[in-house]
Amino acid sequence: MNYLTDRKRATGLGAGHTGAAHHWLTIATSISLAILVPLFIFTFGYAVGHSYEEVLAFYSNPCIAIITALCLVGGIIHLKTEVDEAVEDYIGGIKRKLTLIAVAGFCYALMATGLFALLKLAIQ
Amino acid sequence: MVQFNLPKNSKIVTGKTWPKPEGATNVRKFQIYRWSPDDDKNPSVDTYFIDMDKCGPMVLDALIKIKNEIDPTLTFRRSCREGICGSCAMNIDGINTLACIYGLDEIKGDVRIFPLPHMPVVKDLIPDLTHFYAQHASIMPWLETKTNRPEKEWRQSIEDRKKLDGLYECVMCASCSTSCPSYWWNGDEYLGPAALLHAYRWIIDSRDEATGERLDELEDSFKLYRCHTIMNCAKTCPKGLNPAAAIAHIKKMILDRAH
Repeated sequence: MNYLTDRKRATGLGAGHTGAAHHWLTIATSISLAILVPLFIFTFGYAVGHSYEEVLAFYSNPCIAIITALCLVGGIIHLKTEVDEAVEDYIGGIKRKLTLIAVAGFCYALMATGLFALLKLAIQ
Repeated sequence: MVQFNLPKNSKIVTGKTWPKPEGATNVRKFQIYRWSPDDDKNPSVDTYFIDMDKCGPMVLDALIKIKNEIDPTLTFRRSCREGICGSCAMNIDGINTLACIYGLDEIKGDVRIFPLPHMPVVKDLIPDLTHFYAQHASIMPWLETKTNRPEKEWRQSIEDRKKLDGLYECVMCASCSTSCPSYWWNGDEYLGPAALLHAYRWIIDSRDEATGERLDELEDSFKLYRCHTIMNCAKTCPKGLNPAAAIAHIKKMILDRAH
């Protein structure tokens, strides 16, 4: 048992000055995805049902490839910010830190894989 | 910190059923949470019956009637009986509210009364608000000035005074904070809607000169940003205030000074 005063318990270690950047990133990616996701659905939907060669030609168009890349990057950054929030909500202590590292690793690996696949399509 | 396992002896069991009043025709059933630290028993829900023809219109009237006429061991806080002191906050019919201003006619069927959720219970309907009050104290709920005190008074325009409406009315009953899932999970670090509403009340006060320091203290992933705009606070506030809007304004002010 720690004989801490109530005020010291409430104050804790003070403010971390970290939440604002995270909050802003969530807002910025939300706004960008509101524009990018409809564009992605439209372009991806156009590619569906076409032959392999036609899809390759479609994704070699810089506009289409850039829209897809931006949607991928923005979407995964947004996913990471929201999963980080959930982890911070429900997991504490060292488990929280390890889970946040795992989430970051998964998200960046997913982003790298997606970008590599897109690059391969775009420059073939 | 979020806990998925209930502490030992925390399962609520069926308690004592008190006899119905003799000769009464307009009887209403009350189910009330009971727990005492003086024995090792589990918490229970006792059942009381009240003659509504001889009872006042508010939930607090019924509780006082039970304490005076049926069971003097029933323990609860109350003081002003008009929604100003915030003492009698409890969970009534599934809603955190003040017993003194919540009408019995607003409740359909049996009346179920529990202490404010997710707080340690001192006894029966009394939650331990020690940490809640300490969090309120930590946001410096007073006018902080650096300029020398004026001869007469700190002046404020009518427009600036109006900005405090919807904020200063908070009676610190804790209904909002104890209805907030984020406060349930992370109440040790997250300040909660009540403390943040009070923080905004002083941030937005035109006479206060510690706005930057106040925002500095709140810029924290846990103190402020655990609010996910669930809005339970605004829905439950017995004074009709909107702590979620105050929290959103604080977040906006922190963003505005950064970008």
